[in-house]
Amino acid sequence: MRSVIAKLVSIWRALFGDPARAFGIVSVLLLIALAIAPAKEIFSPWRHYQRQYLKLISTRSDATSLRGHFKPGIQQIWLPKLGVVDRCQTCHQGLTEASLADVRTEPFRKHPVIPHSLTQFGCVLCHRGQGAATTVAEAHDSKLVGEEPILPDRYIQASCGQCHHQPLPGTPTLNQGRVILSRYGCVHCHNVTLPDGSTVEPTDNPPPLTHIADKTTRDWIYKWLKNPAAYSSSATMPNFELTDADARDISAFLIADSTPLSTDQAAMVPISAKAAADPSAGAILYGESFCASCHATQNAAGNLVGGNLGPELTNIGTKAKAQWLQAWLRDPQAYDPKTLMPAYRWTDQQLAILTSYLQGKTNPDYLAGVHLAPATPAQIAHGKILVTEYGCASCHQIRGVDKPKNFAPDLSRIGSLSVARLVFTSGMKHTLPAFLAGKIRNPHAFGAGLRMPRFNFSRGQIDAVTTALLSLTERSFTLPASLQIPEKHQTHYEPAGKAGVLMAQLNCLSCHSINGHGGTMAPDLSWEGSAVQRKWLYSFLKHPNTLRPALIRRMPKFNLSDSDATVLTNYIMTAYQTPAFERDSMPLSGYPLALVEQGRQLFYSKYMCQSCHMVNPEQDKGYIGPTLTAVGSRLNAAWIYHWLKDPQALRPGTMEPNQHISDQDARALTAFLMSQKGSATQEAK
Amino acid sequence: MKRALIILAASTLILCAGCNHRHAKVAAVHAKAYGVTLVMSSGNKQLGTPGTLLPQPVVVEVDDQNGNTVQGALVQVSGTGGVHVQHAQGLTDEDGLFTTQVTLGNTDGRYDLTAVSSDKKGKQFKLKLVEFAAAYQQRLGYELNVKYCSRCHDPESTSTQVSNYGNLAVDPHTLSDGASLNKLSDAELTSIIQHGGPALNRSALMPPYDATLNKADIKALIAYIRLIADPPYRTAGVVYEQK
Repeated sequence: MRSVIAKLVSIWRALFGDPARAFGIVSVLLLIALAIAPAKEIFSPWRHYQRQYLKLISTRSDATSLRGHFKPGIQQIWLPKLGVVDRCQTCHQGLTEASLADVRTEPFRKHPVIPHSLTQFGCVLCHRGQGAATTVAEAHDSKLVGEEPILPDRYIQASCGQCHHQPLPGTPTLNQGRVILSRYGCVHCHNVTLPDGSTVEPTDNPPPLTHIADKTTRDWIYKWLKNPAAYSSSATMPNFELTDADARDISAFLIADSTPLSTDQAAMVPISAKAAADPSAGAILYGESFCASCHATQNAAGNLVGGNLGPELTNIGTKAKAQWLQAWLRDPQAYDPKTLMPAYRWTDQQLAILTSYLQGKTNPDYLAGVHLAPATPAQIAHGKILVTEYGCASCHQIRGVDKPKNFAPDLSRIGSLSVARLVFTSGMKHTLPAFLAGKIRNPHAFGAGLRMPRFNFSRGQIDAVTTALLSLTERSFTLPASLQIPEKHQTHYEPAGKAGVLMAQLNCLSCHSINGHGGTMAPDLSWEGSAVQRKWLYSFLKHPNTLRPALIRRMPKFNLSDSDATVLTNYIMTAYQTPAFERDSMPLSGYPLALVEQGRQLFYSKYMCQSCHMVNPEQDKGYIGPTLTAVGSRLNAAWIYHWLKDPQALRPGTMEPNQHISDQDARALTAFLMSQKGSATQEAK
Repeated sequence: MKRALIILAASTLILCAGCNHRHAKVAAVHAKAYGVTLVMSSGNKQLGTPGTLLPQPVVVEVDDQNGNTVQGALVQVSGTGGVHVQHAQGLTDEDGLFTTQVTLGNTDGRYDLTAVSSDKKGKQFKLKLVEFAAAYQQRLGYELNVKYCSRCHDPESTSTQVSNYGNLAVDPHTLSDGASLNKLSDAELTSIIQHGGPALNRSALMPPYDATLNKADIKALIAYIRLIADPPYRTAGVVYEQK
């Protein structure tokens, strides 16, 4: 020990014993210290990347021009209005070099083509990260409070969603995620406010439970509550992973809480009408009514066939009581005023046929093993507590339980949640996307007491929801309002008068859109009155036949009475007209034969309309567009003429391209098409 | 000194044990049966998004020399360019099918995958698969293709779209027909899309789309056509990688 001290003392003396020598040594130390900063600059990682980039481009055939574009030193994009300071291009030199399309090594890849320019939007707006940083770790991986790591590429569509609130054709994952947020009812419990102040609305329609005992049994409710997906793989209701006792008590409460639908309506249901002797009558009526346009059923191969506007009907007989089913089919709105289901005008016999057909769709094993003892008052009381705790009334209307407010966390800015504020389960990557995906996949892994249910989502669906949630950022609220492209909200348009009442009963707007309100399954009817002839419309409403042979989903036959069909025809012909032209400005018939013949030539030779349409079914094959064999009895001449001139103007987004047809050609084609009146038998159909 | 040696030996042992544990192999799967050929069942030529799971699983089938499916044949699937295959190897099920999920790499473009199985003698046979990762522009092109093009240009019907291919007097090129379309420059394709077939002395069955699609739309369509081209499309004129 002593020897060590003696050695140190001797070294000290050797260095600083002499004042001149000490001065020299201190000066050298000072110089070294001063050199550290420039050395750090010279050896900084971005210089390394720039050297690598120069090496990469030197071997390429267009090296000279690439070298000409190369910008040495720190490169910065500063966009004060967007709050962007990006130095990413310092290392990412090849972002805008079209000829580097084959380079796959980072950081030199060319950026894929997007509709926005780098100089207008920078990088961090979409990719996140610390734009001003000049080291990889700081720029990409910072998880400090107030700083964000890079957004993984698989979720990049989330960034489009910060400004684009309407669906974009290039962002299918984001669009799907947003649809799920509404369709699976996430927004019943969670509030999502968008930068324009509007809130995301649910698009599902969970049924009211006020008369549930009319509809189904307690056993079914119990089994459903335990796992909705076991009843129907397409169920949108999530799994609350209830214990047997909790499911027992909730089912007890719901049945006890249910009141019968008013006696008037119950009396209206005669079960006396007999189903037809023909066993196939039910399937035929189901098919003729186009139930499958909205409802799916599982086929023998286990695939769902049919639409998803209404619930899956594979095992409907296991769920619905016969009397309820018949009452529902007669007047769905009596049970659920908000239902999308139309009130078909089925006869008593048809109701009986359809009811017995649907009752036959059962899974006999489904309720096996469910043996519930009669409910006790204690169970019913506990059930009510559970219903309140789980927030069932967020989605369903339940007698005596109010819709809870602020039931679940607000998700309006969830995409900017700091990692520092998250609690992860073990083995989970410490990133926001991993947290969101994990929480959606299995909420109960985060704590047994959590009320959030588990959804039956595929991995792709979880990715989509995560993407949609990541689009809800703090930044989207601070961006200039001029950049925000709001969602096209549905209008509140409702048809008026007697026709309005009829259209509400038939739920026309479930499938058709009119003046910005309604569904997308069937054609927009806003200008239907300009398009079609009165006589045709009346007969179509009475006997809908398909216009497009390639379509699978079709207009159902509602069995309208003559007076109902007249009311609807008059309303549509009067109210739904385009301001673009005068409907009756061109005659329906009487065109000169020469003009008709000229139109035929143009149709078959110049414009080759037969590729998509049929005028003569023996010879024409096209079946993409509507069949035109009787178009002269269906459409108005002025509509055809203006349609030919510019189809997109009359129906935005329609498939038929605008072919720059001259006025003269359009007139000839109109004459030819108006001469296609169809045979007498076809019209009678 | 002796103690140091002991400590060194002990720590080496522990280190080796630790490493051994980490290198312990996943239980090797052994083939229970052998086929002679691999057949594509489904999931080939899908369009995905970079870095994400393909929409459909990849399913390949192993057949014997009589064309019957083989249960229990060992199939390995691998890919390049950062592709992640969920089940890199496994045995075929009772229908002779091997199913796996595939996650694409982080860049847009074409991803080649290979499925490998072997016969009784250990001779390998392969099946080549191709998947495509579409960035924004190519995805937009795909969507436009579905809306305006595929009914005529795609001979296959789907549950939502019936193909019009067979109804046309002249067969359209499928958009993945690289042998024909790779020869056409971007300018030529643009011109055909904008002005229709007759503009380049081709069939009048192809209508003009210049009033329906804007320039960005047409660029997107061409980007999609180039992405799915088979054989793959290479830009003409530029020589890459002189080495």
